[in-house]
Amino acid sequence: MEAGMSDRKTLQVKQISGHSGAAPGLGVQRDAEVCKLIDTTICIGCKACEVACVEWNDMPFSPTTFDNTYQTMPSTRWNFWNLIKFNEHQQEDGTVKWLMRKDQCMHCADPGCLRACPADGAIVQYTNGIVDFQQENCIGCEFCVSGCPFDIPKFNPATKKVYKCTLCSDRVGQGLEPACIKACPTGCLKFGTKDDMKYIAEERANQLRNNFGFEKAGVYDPQSIGGTHVIYVLHDAENPEHYGALPKDPVIPLSYTVWKWFFKPVFGTIALLGGLGVLLHYVTVGPRRPQPEPPLRKEGSDVQRR
Amino acid sequence: MSSAVERFDDGARNRFDRIGQTEVYEGELLRHRVYTRFLHWMVALFFFLALFSGFGVYLPWLFRWFTPVFGGGPLARALHPWFGLGFVFFFGLQTLNWIKPMTWTAADTRWMHNLRGIVSGKEKMDPPDTGFFNAGQKIQFWEIVVGSIVLFITGIILWIGADTFGRWPVAVSYVLHDISALIMLGGIFIHIYLSTIGEPGTFQAMIRGAVSEAWAWTFHPAWYREVTGRDPVEACEDARRRGQFTGK
Repeated sequence: MEAGMSDRKTLQVKQISGHSGAAPGLGVQRDAEVCKLIDTTICIGCKACEVACVEWNDMPFSPTTFDNTYQTMPSTRWNFWNLIKFNEHQQEDGTVKWLMRKDQCMHCADPGCLRACPADGAIVQYTNGIVDFQQENCIGCEFCVSGCPFDIPKFNPATKKVYKCTLCSDRVGQGLEPACIKACPTGCLKFGTKDDMKYIAEERANQLRNNFGFEKAGVYDPQSIGGTHVIYVLHDAENPEHYGALPKDPVIPLSYTVWKWFFKPVFGTIALLGGLGVLLHYVTVGPRRPQPEPPLRKEGSDVQRR
Repeated sequence: MSSAVERFDDGARNRFDRIGQTEVYEGELLRHRVYTRFLHWMVALFFFLALFSGFGVYLPWLFRWFTPVFGGGPLARALHPWFGLGFVFFFGLQTLNWIKPMTWTAADTRWMHNLRGIVSGKEKMDPPDTGFFNAGQKIQFWEIVVGSIVLFITGIILWIGADTFGRWPVAVSYVLHDISALIMLGGIFIHIYLSTIGEPGTFQAMIRGAVSEAWAWTFHPAWYREVTGRDPVEACEDARRRGQFTGK
């Protein structure tokens, strides 16, 4: 663990949703990006991470839906941020592989939720890579839900706020590892700097390819969103969708990038120029008055038309 | 169906006439009855409430400016759809009320050919076959009808959210909702301008409900002929000869 990770500087704000101008204090401290590594090949589906998450974040549990799998519930909830997804995948040779993937916020380098969010300060990205929701600034519009490629932000109708995994920013800020990491009994979950985790993940993928016959084994760190601060080692990195709707090339809708940050201000300005246009019409062409208008004064050269 | 709508509108017009007053003085014509004016101002109220509460989330640069007006971001977000529903409700009633005079005619197509002359101020009076509403008013009306439908449908999708509709319908609605609102925003400047300083004498039509005869024969000659039985151009020349200059 790098020295910089263990102090509060890791909570230096990098980006703020809906905020004009740069984040205050940016670039004055050293960056140490954190990363959670999930090795799906040694996950045993014990759900210790689910329990640890609920316990650390002190969230109430609510009734779930049984849909003929070992999964605790069909998808994450506003009060359940960490879910092992169980998928039975039939391989080409007819055998079945039981895939388990710990699903939670991926803490994207280019977060779609943050791009989509219109509320000043409701979503922040720390320089350490953690993307965190600030519920006191959330207006409950749920645009983040549509901005997220991983179906992670979840709306609580009672509070009208959106919630998701914080990567235990509170723990990380104090130099601790996230609760799920601490609970994992197999070493499937690891936590450290992005560089270290990426190195370990690649090594493990190499091992899977060369020593265990998983020819398609690889690391899931999608570059379409600039990489993520939660990465997976997959037996089959070419088909991440087998692991329960994990997109191969996650994307942020153009509505929240091109439209929001270019066309909106441009078109908005053009619409406002319409107001200037009519005033310009008034001073150049002038109003059309009910006829007949009275004749203009004849005498005096300073008297102009209208 | 149309007769049921007509009966509903007529009933509403008569009931509102009993509540509100419209004084039409000598030399004036009745333009808009109380019901029409009531609907217009309810539409205007909800339009601006929806517009300004929407501004807050339209651009990050506007967030801190507009959301405090409505009690903060969460409240602006919570109220905006209801403002929108109010707008759609009252404009829906106005659509029923106005659907007949707003129907496009051949005269409107001819009016559009004169648009350049009217905008440049060269045409002092509107074409003689301009009726109760001119083509410009009809275009704006039907733009708002279409725009409201788009705003309503996309608004429902945005309101209920991606949990129900999925991410892509929301992402598309997000853009369409904006475009519809932007067109209306551009249109409202023209509307306010022409109904106040752009064509003096117009504003009282929506306040008192009455307009001067000179206003009527200038801007809506065919309507003037219809309600008075007099020729608008002759009436104008007559006023000029008698030195009755109302249009100051």
